[in-house]
This record gives sequence, C-alpha cells and structure tokens, in this order.
Amino acid sequence: MSGHEAMSDHESSFRRAVATLRRDPLAVAGAVVLAVLVVVGVLGPWLAPSGTNDVDVNHMLAHPTWAHPFGTDELGRDVLSRVIVAARVSLEVAVVSVGLALAVGVLIGLVSGYYRGWVDNALMRCMDVLFAFPVLLLAVAIVAVLGPGLTTAMVAIGVVYAPIFARVTRASVLSVREQVFVRAAVSIGTSDARIMRRHVLPNIAAPLIVQTSLSLAFAILSEAALSFLGLGVQPPAPSWGRMLYDGRGFVTDAWWLGVFPGAAIFVTVLAFNLVGDALRDVLDPRQLTLSEARRSTR
Amino acid sequence: MGRFVLRRLVQSAVVLLGVTLVVFLLLQLVPGDPVRIALGTRYDQATYDALRARSGLDRPLVVQYLSYVGHAATGDLGVSFRTGQPVSTIVLERLPATLSLALTAIVLALVVAFPLGIISGVRNGSAVDHAARVFSQFGVSVPDFWMGIMGILLFSGVLAWLPPSGYESLRDSPSGWASHVILPAATVGLVSASILTRFIRSSVLEVLSEDYVRTAEAKGLRPRVVVLRHVLRNALIPVVTVVAVQLASLLGGVIVVEVLFAWPGIGRLTYDSVEARDYPVLQGAVLLVAALFLLVNLLVDILYARLDPRISVR
Repeated sequence: MSGHEAMSDHESSFRRAVATLRRDPLAVAGAVVLAVLVVVGVLGPWLAPSGTNDVDVNHMLAHPTWAHPFGTDELGRDVLSRVIVAARVSLEVAVVSVGLALAVGVLIGLVSGYYRGWVDNALMRCMDVLFAFPVLLLAVAIVAVLGPGLTTAMVAIGVVYAPIFARVTRASVLSVREQVFVRAAVSIGTSDARIMRRHVLPNIAAPLIVQTSLSLAFAILSEAALSFLGLGVQPPAPSWGRMLYDGRGFVTDAWWLGVFPGAAIFVTVLAFNLVGDALRDVLDPRQLTLSEARRSTR
Repeated sequence: MGRFVLRRLVQSAVVLLGVTLVVFLLLQLVPGDPVRIALGTRYDQATYDALRARSGLDRPLVVQYLSYVGHAATGDLGVSFRTGQPVSTIVLERLPATLSLALTAIVLALVVAFPLGIISGVRNGSAVDHAARVFSQFGVSVPDFWMGIMGILLFSGVLAWLPPSGYESLRDSPSGWASHVILPAATVGLVSASILTRFIRSSVLEVLSEDYVRTAEAKGLRPRVVVLRHVLRNALIPVVTVVAVQLASLLGGVIVVEVLFAWPGIGRLTYDSVEARDYPVLQGAVLLVAALFLLVNLLVDILYARLDPRISVR
C-alpha cells in the first residue's frame, strides 16, 4: 500500500466518520452550538444590544429585564452585551493556543517517533518534565513571569498543552513508520522531511483531530481560569472568567453576575466535549485513557 | 519488581532535576530585574543590593542553578522578596490546608464515583447509566470555580447554611473546619468524581467482555459473585492510576477554588506570590507541587506494579 492509497483510505474513513457523527444527536447538538458560537464570536460587536463598556450609574446591579435580559453589572454595564462580545476572546484564545500546542507538539512528536534513539529519549524526558506540573499551575507561573495579558495567556496555554500532542503524535508515528509504504519511501531515497510530511503526517491525523477538539475545551476552561485570576484578558475588555471574578463579591445580591458568564463557559466547553467525544468514539476509541487522565484544568 | 522500582526511582529523579531547571529558569524569564520589580515602591539601593546578593542573582547563571539545586536538596528554597522569611517555611505552612482540602475532595469524589461508575458499567444502558453519563459529561465541562460561585449563591446566599469563604484549622476547630471545607471540597470533588465515574464505567465494561467473566457466568455463579469477585477486582486496578492523578492534581493546589474560597493553601499562596511578584515563593510553591506530583505518581506506579505484576515485566 502506498502513502497515497493510505491517504485515500483515510479520506473514505473520514467520510464514514462524518456520516456516523451526523447520526449522533449529541454530536450534532454540540456542532450546532459551536456554529452559533462562531457566528456570535465573529459578529459579536454588531449583535450586542449595547456597548460593552457603556457605564450607566443609574442602573447598577439591575435585575434582568427586557431592556437588559442578563441584567447589569456593578458599573451598570449590560451583561448580555459583555457575554456576547467575550465569546470572541474565548474562541480566539482557544484556537490560537491549541494551534500553538498542536504545531509544537506535533513537530516534537514527529521527530521523536521518527528518529527514535537519543533524540526520542531527550525530547520525551523534556515532555515528562512538563507533565510533572499541574496544567494550570504551570500556566499561571508562565503568565506570572511574562506578564498578564491575552498574548501571554495564549502562549502559556499553548506550552502546557504541547506535551500531550507530542505524546499522541509520537505514539502514532511509532506504528506508522513501520508500515511498508514508509519503508518503500526510505528505500527510494526520499528525504526524511518529505516522508514525515507526505506519508507519516496524513496517516496520524485521526488521533490528532480528536485531541485537538478535546483540547479546545480544556483551553477555554484554562483561559477562563487565568482570566478569573486576573492573568488573562485585561479590563475593560470583557472575558467570561474575568466577569465571574469581578462579580463574585456581588453574587449573593446579584445572581445574574455569577450565572450567565459561567453558563456561557459551560455551554461552550460542553459543546466542544460532545463533538470531541463523538469524534474520539468514531476515529480513535483507544485514546480514552490519555485524554481522560489529563482531563483537568487544575 | 526491585529492578522496576529502581528504574522508576531513577526516572523520577531525572524528571525532578528537569523540574528544578524549569523552576529556576522561571525567574530568568522575568523581563527586567526581578528584584527591582519585586521591590517596587519600596526600592532603595541598600535593600536592593542586599536582596540581590542574598538571592545570589549577582553570580553567573550556571553557578546560580547549581547553588539553587544544592540548596533545594537541603530544603533551602531561598527567602521571600516580600517578607524575608525562608520560602520553605512559608510553603510548608500552607501544606496542611491544601492536604485537608485535597483529601476531603478525593474522599467525596470516590464516595460518588465508585457506586455510580460500577452500577453504570454493570447496568449498561439503564436509567442509572444514562444519569451517570450525563453527570460525568456535566462534571468535565463545568468550570469548577463556577460551581463554587453557584454553591456560594445557594448554600450561603439563599439557604444560609454554610459560610461563603474562609478557613479554620482542623486541629483548632473540627466543626469550624468542616463547615468551611464542604463547599470548596464539593466544588473540586465534583470534577474528580465525574472523571472517575467515566473511567470506572469504561473499565467495568471492558472487564465484563473478558472470557473469564463469561466462564464465571457459564459455570453458574450468581451475578453478584461474578461482579464482586471477578469484575471489580480486575476493573478497579487501572482506576488506581486515575485516582492518583486526580489526587496529585488536587495536591497541586486548586488555585482558582482556593482563591475563590479564601482557602489558605498552596494554590492561594501561588496566587498571592504572583500578585506580589514574590518570585522565590512562586518558585518554591511550584517546585513543591511538582515534587509532590512526581512522588504520588511514583508511589502509584509501584502500587500498580504490585497489584498487576505484568506492569513490572513490561
């Protein structure tokens, strides 16, 4: 079997996977929610009924009404508008940080699994070191030294999730590199870089897709946690985590400050998890253990 | 078995050395002069020079690292930029609060997850199974600090049953400690419970499809005996690892929940040191947590190898 035949096999298996996913009501629900979130993320500032920083001292901590369906915060700002606009921040952080983790992790995993030997040993020990830190603690430490903000939060989340991509990639590369089409490519003198790009990478896509979708959920939670600690998005820009932090002192008098931003995080993460779980069941059922064991943002 | 333990010990020691390097490099990554930043408005040249020399920051990087590792090995993690107290004292003072929260949370998680996961696995497709799956999906998707806020809203705001935050030492006031620990422990325990439920369920389902279970059923053993003697014994071995990962991450300081509930543990200390830019304390807290994390994982691997001898042969 050539690398291209293997790829076309994968293409048909992806088509089968999509067909199976379309029959899973939970996966469809998750995908619909994500689609809505993307629209809200892109069109947020135009969809929001008020400006996110329009202070109204006459309506501070106002109950939800038709004028303000999610109520107002301690500065009289419309909570619904802030929840809508904050969707973009969460999605942006999730996509950029997971993209970073994917790029770094896949590169390390590819090199490690393909060359094996001392390169593999050295790279995997480095990954072991990063695995020795609880995820959020390492992210907090990185943001603490680099300074709080959106960019550093993205870098920190990317760094802490890179090792899991490296491990998933390496495990898949180890089996693919023993396939006949890879050995054939080596025997006709194809360069290592080309073999990795053209023959190995397309054949390890399934576990990476699954890991990416689940990591997006973790990244949203991590960004919310960092923002809750004041280390993510900086005020006055709205973010769901920061809104919860700012509202925590008023929550017993103004329940809406605690309920709506948190519900937005929950629904987003749930949607990513539902799609991710369905993808895993279809594409890579054996990946359960690793993902589950790291399924925590602490 | 002896060789396995030795190999894991050496591996853990190497990783711990790597951890010290990462923790050491954290301070080097601070843009600008960390001592100058930490002193802020309290800056004067004499204090600056004294703190810099005391922290060893005026020496070459390699010397600084070797000195850091050497001192860390003897329990000396430097001094706080803010208070001048030894970091090891500050960090160890916070350990009991984190330990009591972590252990309470893991006990709560196990109390929920064991029956739910086992029944869900054994009665696959039943109403309990569906409820367990909804619960575990909910638990892995909900931010723990949001659960905490909802808990404060309900149990402190509406019902006025529990204090919204704070801490009392277990030794000084067991009842005060208990009333303060319930909300934060339930908050973080819920997430652990949902992960454990999911894992126990899939482990039970996997063992139920094994040949020896079919044989046990075929020779006429009662279902209860099959489940207790054959299924659970084997299904719960891999669960040990997941319980340990959960415990290790709880010991690692549940930063956000400790901040939310003003719980004076390692997580809260980490947050306070970030706020105050007290980098030696941040380094000490991160190092202690990573070392604890490694230790728990090492102990679990050894326990796992004892429970399942095939592990030490692989």
